[in-house]
Amino acid sequence: MNLEVFKVFAESNIWSALWVEIALVLLALGLLVLELVLPANAKRTIPSVAIAGQIILLVLASIQLIQMPDDCSGMYFSQMILQTPQSAIMRIFFLLGGIFVSYLGTVYLARRELPKMEFFHIVLVVTAAFMILVQSHHFVVFFVALETLTIGFYVLVAYCRTSSASLEAGLKFLILGGFSSAMLLFGIVLLYGVAGNPLLPGYSTDSMNFSNLATFITQNPTNPLVLGGAVLVLVGMAFKIGVVPFQIWVPDVYQGAPTPVTAFLAVCSKAAGFIVIINLLNGPFLGLSDVFIPLLAVVAGLTILFGNIAPLSQRNVKRVMGLSGVAHAGYLLAGVVAILCGSAIAHGAIIFYLFTYLLGSFAVFAVMAHVSQKEDEIQEIDHYENFAKHNPFLALALVCGLGSLAGIPPLAGFIGKLILFIAIFKAGLYTLLGIAILGVVISIYYYFGWIREAFFHIYAIGERGTTDDREQLVDVLKPTPMHALAIGVLVTGILVLGFYQGGLIDRLFYML
Amino acid sequence: MDAYYSSFIYLAVFVPLITGLMLLPMNTSAVNTTRSIALVGFVVPCIVSIWFAFGFYTSSASGEVYQALSSVDLGLEGLLGISLRFGLNGVSMPMFLLAGIVGLASGLYAIATAAHRLNLYLALLLIMLSGLMGTFASTDIFFFYFFHELALIPTFIMIGIWGGQGRRTAAMEMAVYLTLGAMISLVGLIMLYAQAPAIKTFNLIELKKYFQATGGATVLADNTFAMLLFGFGILVSLWPFHSWAPRGYAAAPSSAAMLHAGVLKKFGLYGLIQIAAPLLPIAGSQWIEVLIWLALGNIVVIGFITMAQRDLKLMVGYSSVMHMGYIFLGIATLSVAGMGGAILLMFAHGLSAALMFMLSTSVYRRTHSYDLNEMGGLGQQAPLLAGFFIAATMANIGLPGFANFWGEFTIFIALWNQYPWVVVPAATGVIISAVYGLRAVANIFFGEVSQSLKDYSKEHPITDIRLGERVPAIILLVALLAVGLYPKWMGDKLESALLKDYAKPQAVAPANVHVN
Repeated sequence: MNLEVFKVFAESNIWSALWVEIALVLLALGLLVLELVLPANAKRTIPSVAIAGQIILLVLASIQLIQMPDDCSGMYFSQMILQTPQSAIMRIFFLLGGIFVSYLGTVYLARRELPKMEFFHIVLVVTAAFMILVQSHHFVVFFVALETLTIGFYVLVAYCRTSSASLEAGLKFLILGGFSSAMLLFGIVLLYGVAGNPLLPGYSTDSMNFSNLATFITQNPTNPLVLGGAVLVLVGMAFKIGVVPFQIWVPDVYQGAPTPVTAFLAVCSKAAGFIVIINLLNGPFLGLSDVFIPLLAVVAGLTILFGNIAPLSQRNVKRVMGLSGVAHAGYLLAGVVAILCGSAIAHGAIIFYLFTYLLGSFAVFAVMAHVSQKEDEIQEIDHYENFAKHNPFLALALVCGLGSLAGIPPLAGFIGKLILFIAIFKAGLYTLLGIAILGVVISIYYYFGWIREAFFHIYAIGERGTTDDREQLVDVLKPTPMHALAIGVLVTGILVLGFYQGGLIDRLFYML
Repeated sequence: MDAYYSSFIYLAVFVPLITGLMLLPMNTSAVNTTRSIALVGFVVPCIVSIWFAFGFYTSSASGEVYQALSSVDLGLEGLLGISLRFGLNGVSMPMFLLAGIVGLASGLYAIATAAHRLNLYLALLLIMLSGLMGTFASTDIFFFYFFHELALIPTFIMIGIWGGQGRRTAAMEMAVYLTLGAMISLVGLIMLYAQAPAIKTFNLIELKKYFQATGGATVLADNTFAMLLFGFGILVSLWPFHSWAPRGYAAAPSSAAMLHAGVLKKFGLYGLIQIAAPLLPIAGSQWIEVLIWLALGNIVVIGFITMAQRDLKLMVGYSSVMHMGYIFLGIATLSVAGMGGAILLMFAHGLSAALMFMLSTSVYRRTHSYDLNEMGGLGQQAPLLAGFFIAATMANIGLPGFANFWGEFTIFIALWNQYPWVVVPAATGVIISAVYGLRAVANIFFGEVSQSLKDYSKEHPITDIRLGERVPAIILLVALLAVGLYPKWMGDKLESALLKDYAKPQAVAPANVHVN
């Protein structure tokens, strides 16, 4: 390494390429400053600042993506950051996620005596870390981004420090998260070591770089160290997205974590995990496709079955959402297998599915945040008795969200599932498709059971033809106009995407 | 001209949807406004469908040609070849008309009821109607499925909220069962799409051309037909996948049962006639024998179960399942006469089943019981209701003069030409329907007034059928008689529509099936 090399490196440090991430972190730091300087009665505005800042970034990032799509691609920071149209689309995704998590945070924190500002600070930093993660093209950046967001989640999951459930969830997440990070790191080290071995063909001195690693692996696909390393890296990621058999932490952590954090984990963390897996399998591990296709297909099938059968007996809606999230991870993993099998539309199908999943999940989590009582972890299906009668607006959001997650037309989730299933079909994965269809049918039972609880009590005709007018069990936080606006955006998105996708889908698939 | 006509199809599909959505945020107490908005939503599709049918049946064009074709890209055309495509031919016209007529009848019946939260009830019914009109007008097989689901979801909710006994279980059972059927048929439709990679479209007309040019008789085609047969079969309550139907109908509020049993359930049969059989004739002919046995199961096994029913609504529900058997037999002949008879019977059964469901609710309102053993002598107090009920029973049995007769008669002729042995068990079904139908009439309207009815009528004096019940009943009965007395219009167009698709397949029927 001499001076010239460093000069070349320095030239590729285009900081402006990371303007969204930098702006997010500056916003997060700004919140800390505001907490210090603002008088006590003005601190209520901090969440609004966080949300407004993210909305502005969302608008700017969308304009950049639409108006200057060429600016969204490139290799920066001596090949550590790779920007593609996909990473630009995922920026939009994570900003949307960050905005809705912040909104859920305001609902959640309104009822509790907890520090407020720190929540939004961590959400912003984690959102930026998600973006870096999906742009990383080097295991060092990859691992740093991954640890940044994981550590953020350790804090967020245990955020409600007065609740033993939240602390328990935090501890479980910490131990299992640490375990999975260790496996991931071990895998990275194995790959780094073997790919740096000068005795093997295609070795590289910078073997943590994804391109170099890809070259090496295509030339040594049967090397046991390569296989072991790649499998360990995928196992580490499998923990993050919660696929069988690494899903054990999901129900407990989802139940104990504060509802907004559960939503953050379910949507953004899962999405980031899948994009990383696609990046890895389509990049460095492309040479190992023959091994991974059958392996991942089996895992996907098991995940779909587990994720749909396990929630059948659950009465706690947070666990239902967690376990059904496992099922969605299974469908997405089947889509990943379809990519490996050469299905041209599978990649776009997964990203579109993630967007519909975001809309549907946040609609449901928003309703849950309003229903949530002092003990956030105790959210039973019974709490939704008579729900529709007293909260018609929230009930509409609940129906749209659950219907979309279940994949019922004419809601967005159906179109997402349709394109994904067509992609799986075209890849020739008929057994996997059959399992997925079976999973969808089973899922109707628990999604519909929830809707049934919310709606079908209302006009119960009693024995003597009298109307059964039981009151609600729980006291539901009425949405303020701003909350109603956020929920309205989600519901509109679900309904519109179900009927009309004009321009959006073509553009998405064209870009990728 | 097509663009002008097709805009009326949009009217028939989207006016109910828009009025339905308008009703959702309505104030519960504004009953009169609710009723007038809903009335618009129910009347428009009916007028459009009758006007269309009149123009269609008096024109000289062949029934095979689609009228009023149109297409709108909603965003999936470039990627998957899915567009909102509407058009009507000789096969879809009767179903479109049926949806319009039964929609109006069930709508009027619902408007006259005093359900809790009437605005929600009517809104769901209107969304259902919109889905029905869209299903039968679609020439894109994706939207054909899409609109069917749009109509199906309100059914579950209506059963769950306003249903009778056991509604929660019934709604759940129906939801899971029908989703299974719908998913299987969706896979079947996707398989059809995937077998025509050269054209990459869900457009039925294009697919038909492609398949008739290439044959499509691969192993995959065989599986595709099986997927469609059993997926649609579950939706149509093909024996032994029928158990959701009687229980669901027994629990359903009457207007939802009218629309579902009368019209929505015909989706699967229509799909077999319009999509599966013409696109995959060779694969279809390999499944004939299975289909015949299952259809006989519908007629004979369900027939005996129907005879054993003591609950009026369950009896009507089972009877509607039983009559699906005849339509399946008509489809199994894969001949012009059989298919034509099947469509005619679908049209007729849609009307008569809706009438039966409606009238049994009217009976319940007067007796407060569905138990046939506890009734009797109602005819003295409600002679007009008795008249309507007897007419509906006659239609259901298939007596000449009603449209049902022509449907069953044509199917029997087609069967006699190909599978004469099937006619014998099938014809016993007619006797079975006569037995349970006439016995129900005798139990309800004639004989001694039962003790429990006497007790009940002391507090609730029994009146004859009211205007809100009379008008829908007359609409349905007039339609039944009109086609029953003059079936030529519908029959001619059906024949010319089916001639090209089904003139050949008889020749390729496999050797192990007896062909006369």
